Amino acid sequence: MRLALLSDIHANLQALEACLAHARAQGADRLAFLGDLVGYGAHPGPVMQRIMALAAQGALVLKGNHDEMAAQPPAENRSMGESTALWTHDQLDEAQLAFLGGLPLTVQHDRVLLVHASADAPAQWRYVYDTPMAELSLRAASAVEGVRYVFGGHVHRQSLYYRGADGRLLSFAPTDGVAVPVSSHRHWLATIGSVGQPRDGNPKAMYALFDSARAQLTFHRVAYDHQAAAAAIRRAGLPDFFADRLELGR
Amino acid sequence: MKLLDEGTELDGFLIGGCIHYGSMAHIYRVKYAQGPSDPGFPMIMKVPRMTAGDGAENIVSFEVEHQILQALSGPHVPRFVAAGDLERLPYLVMEYVPGRTLEHWLEQAERPTVDEVVRLGVAMAHAVHSLHQQNVVHLDLKPANVLVRDDGRVVLLDFGLSCHAHFPDLLAEQLRRAVGSPAWMAPEQVVGVRGDPRSDIFAIGVMLYQLLTGELPFGEPQTQGGLRQRLWMDPPPPRRHRPLLPPWLQEVVLRCLEPEAALRYPSAAHLAFDLQHPEQVRVTARGQAAHGTGAWTHFKRWLRAAGMHYQPSPLPERQIAEVPIVMVAVPYKDASDATLYSLRQAAARSLGTRPGARLACVTVISPGETSTVREEDSETNVHRRYLTQLRQWAQPLELPGHQTSCHVLESGDVAQALLDYAGGNRVSVIVMGAATHGLMTQRLIATVPIKVAMEAPCTVILVKQTLPFDRLKELPARGAESGPSG
Repeated sequence: MRLALLSDIHANLQALEACLAHARAQGADRLAFLGDLVGYGAHPGPVMQRIMALAAQGALVLKGNHDEMAAQPPAENRSMGESTALWTHDQLDEAQLAFLGGLPLTVQHDRVLLVHASADAPAQWRYVYDTPMAELSLRAASAVEGVRYVFGGHVHRQSLYYRGADGRLLSFAPTDGVAVPVSSHRHWLATIGSVGQPRDGNPKAMYALFDSARAQLTFHRVAYDHQAAAAAIRRAGLPDFFADRLELGR
Repeated sequence: MKLLDEGTELDGFLIGGCIHYGSMAHIYRVKYAQGPSDPGFPMIMKVPRMTAGDGAENIVSFEVEHQILQALSGPHVPRFVAAGDLERLPYLVMEYVPGRTLEHWLEQAERPTVDEVVRLGVAMAHAVHSLHQQNVVHLDLKPANVLVRDDGRVVLLDFGLSCHAHFPDLLAEQLRRAVGSPAWMAPEQVVGVRGDPRSDIFAIGVMLYQLLTGELPFGEPQTQGGLRQRLWMDPPPPRRHRPLLPPWLQEVVLRCLEPEAALRYPSAAHLAFDLQHPEQVRVTARGQAAHGTGAWTHFKRWLRAAGMHYQPSPLPERQIAEVPIVMVAVPYKDASDATLYSLRQAAARSLGTRPGARLACVTVISPGETSTVREEDSETNVHRRYLTQLRQWAQPLELPGHQTSCHVLESGDVAQALLDYAGGNRVSVIVMGAATHGLMTQRLIATVPIKVAMEAPCTVILVKQTLPFDRLKELPARGAESGPSG
């Protein structure tokens, strides 16, 4: 099975379509969306329409913190993210809101555990940005019978965590397009990056492809029309900041 | 695990005879059980010896070898065929490469000749360079892992301790213990650095030392303290064991064995270059010495080495790309001053800003230039004449930090001679004139620059001469035409 892992789409239709096309060309036969389908971006409606259609065909879909916010927008706006949550909420129809509200926090698929943030407390949306946090998530996931891989998003960064020769967790910065061997007798945790809002200084969209038969994980970067995505954000009247950062990848 | 019986079938492979009983693994000949007997080359299966008593390191290095072998290609590594499930039945199937390991040369009663050692050294350096270009550092080079094919090319074996810059390093750990074979291990490996290509240069140095003298430069230390000696100590010069050894070769071997990686050859291609051009090696006191380094110097270095600790290394490919071997093809006749000037400018730019790049200036003269009858045109005299001309041209390029050498080749096929030289010396960049080497006379056949550009194994920079000032005023009259060619 070749499982395409897409996370943090953030209502960026251009980036989503580019990654889907790329994954198809790479022979992906299953899709997984690891949450934060909406929020920040200008196309929540079309993105939800696309993902719900794919879900009907078997794609796995998880809930992220922004999805929760869009389904039940907070009464007061404490952050920029929350300020767009209400706007996003208003763009979605009843069915789309119900779909978002009903998404699971984790999904297990064979030896893979999918989660938006950290597997040890999925509803708390903890950021797995270093080895101690990865250790917590991986340890919780490893307690589940048969699980060897934990794939998540949320941090908008591509990293692979594995155990070194002394059993301690080490982090590894993957190279775009290189198939990394991830043999199934070990435990691995990967943050697969963000499709719709990369923040590492490179505007290209991020996703990853897991080949379970070959035990290989490939992190990809995909160029897309980020100027069109940014223009749509400005046109929608959303804060300029969300448009600017797409152009810079920051 | 117990020995497999001949004739057993395993995951579609038919087990043949066991050809190696190792402490870490057994090696069997295998064939496909169905269909054609092999994929076009003979195969072996490596099965790790995993019993209850075997350490975890054995199986991790098996995993590392699987990781890396499947990512490598080229004539200097065995081709990967298949791997067994690590949890169920670990094995690796790969190409069986016929040949002899370097141990064969060490087991002989007589030491190999200097020429033979140089030949082996070049072959090793080329194999190692090919590995580094693929972003892999071997880190366990030793005579048992260096296989010499019948055609003289070297194939490297056993990637169990190797490091691939694009894969997570499964042997890494926070404490950074030394991993490797004590006799051949580089000083930085002793402090836990994994991934510096110059560690492999050090191991080649140890093997060259061994081949030349029959001795190990640092013995075979069993303790951490013994291993750390190489952080500050120079080995006894090879000429102490073999006084007639040419100083240039001692210079080369001791440069490989420098305790500080930055003082060694910056890439294996540079090492191969020196081995192939003894006359270009700058022999220092180190090359001449027949006595070891003094105690005072060692004491000072020991103090410095006490503070030596782990530092991450850059990507091997990027590291060797920063120290290119630049070859500039200089025409020996019919070249304008402007062309020669532009070529020199381009060569200087290609050397980059970092020290360590090397420049090889090459002129190809036609066989008609030399004569066996006229004394003044004897081969030696003609070569000397063109060499002097070339040195004069290259003189402004002799900058500190870059080594420059000049070479006169004789061939009727200029392009082929340049290509052969570039390939044989693992040249990284060729600089040549876009309109040199007899362009005017070759209107109907592929010109030399075009043939070189099309067939070169590396980047080719075609240099246009800078605009001659006397023709500048003609330009407006000729419209927007581009600069004239020379």
